[in-house]
Amino acid sequence: MKSLEDLKKLREQAQDRMTMRMDEEQKYRVVVGMATCGIAAGARPVLNALVEEVAKTKAPAVVLQTGCIGMCTLEPIVEVFDKNNEKTTYVLVDALKAKEIVEKHILKDEVIDEYTVGKYKK
Amino acid sequence: MDELSLNLLDIVQNSIHANATLITINVIDHQQMNCIGFEVIDNGCGMTDEQVSKVIDPFYTTRTTRTVGFGIPFLQQLADETDGELKLSSVLNSGTKLSLKLKKDNIDVPVMGNLADTLFTIIQANQTIDFYFKYLDDVHEFIFDSKEIKEILDGVDINSPEIILWIKDYIKEGLKNEIT
Ligand SMILES: Nc1ncnc2c1ncn2[C@@H]1O[C@H](COP(=O)(O)OP(=O)(O)O)[C@@H](O)[C@H]1O
Ligand SMILES: [Mg+2]
Repeated sequence: MKSLEDLKKLREQAQDRMTMRMDEEQKYRVVVGMATCGIAAGARPVLNALVEEVAKTKAPAVVLQTGCIGMCTLEPIVEVFDKNNEKTTYVLVDALKAKEIVEKHILKDEVIDEYTVGKYKK
Repeated sequence: MDELSLNLLDIVQNSIHANATLITINVIDHQQMNCIGFEVIDNGCGMTDEQVSKVIDPFYTTRTTRTVGFGIPFLQQLADETDGELKLSSVLNSGTKLSLKLKKDNIDVPVMGNLADTLFTIIQANQTIDFYFKYLDDVHEFIFDSKEIKEILDGVDINSPEIILWIKDYIKEGLKNEIT
């Protein structure tokens, strides 16, 4: 059974590491639409998968939530911003695709064209 | 496929949208009491009486999009159709309380679903908001108080890898329903 005492120990670990990796961690911003349309379309498992995968692989990204991105029929939507604020928009994302986005885009800087909004708008 | 925990997430987003800084969430899933539902109390911008009566009207929203199965009017309809109860009360510039109580044995009442993912989603994103979350079922109670967590973390980001993974497991473990 986990207790809040464990959390105190983890805090110290995190503190040590934080001073070292601050810069790299901000390489990407990953933003998930979590308004009603997103939630209804399945944004919750996507968010959970992204956060878990980023943490497990210590990927250089922060995962953020936002409101409606304005393309409700293409939800769940995940936007990836790089350091220059260049945006890649992934649409109709599910938990598996979310993991792949972390593995390829965040960890290897490879855009997954197949899942981007450009593919669906054509 | 419907999960009340998704409706809960949606309702909590209303409170966040209303600029609440403290959100209290009580969830019940109790076989013996034949009760399933939740209560969300916030200190956000609140509503006038007129707004409250509009909000429970199925055709009203201040947004431009409507999603089937969500929003307060849907919960009102669900409560009406299943002999349950929805209460919405609000004071302008002070806060809002929404309470949904449904009969667990009614076949049209959805299951709670993945409540852990809902709580985690809320906690992960809104670090400037305090959440007091309490869950009750037939066999146990689980409390998650974000103030207490923040105090322990003492300025360390909740999204630090080891912290956020621990929180995820802690919530999962705490919400595990032990009835077999
Ligand atoms: N907790 C709250 N505090 C203040 N206003 C609220 C709250 N919850 C709902 N409202 C108001 O009621 C409206 C309807 O809510 P809802 O049924 O969830 O639909 P939507 O959020 O899509 O507009 C909101 O747009 C908002 O103006
Ligand atoms: Mg809403």
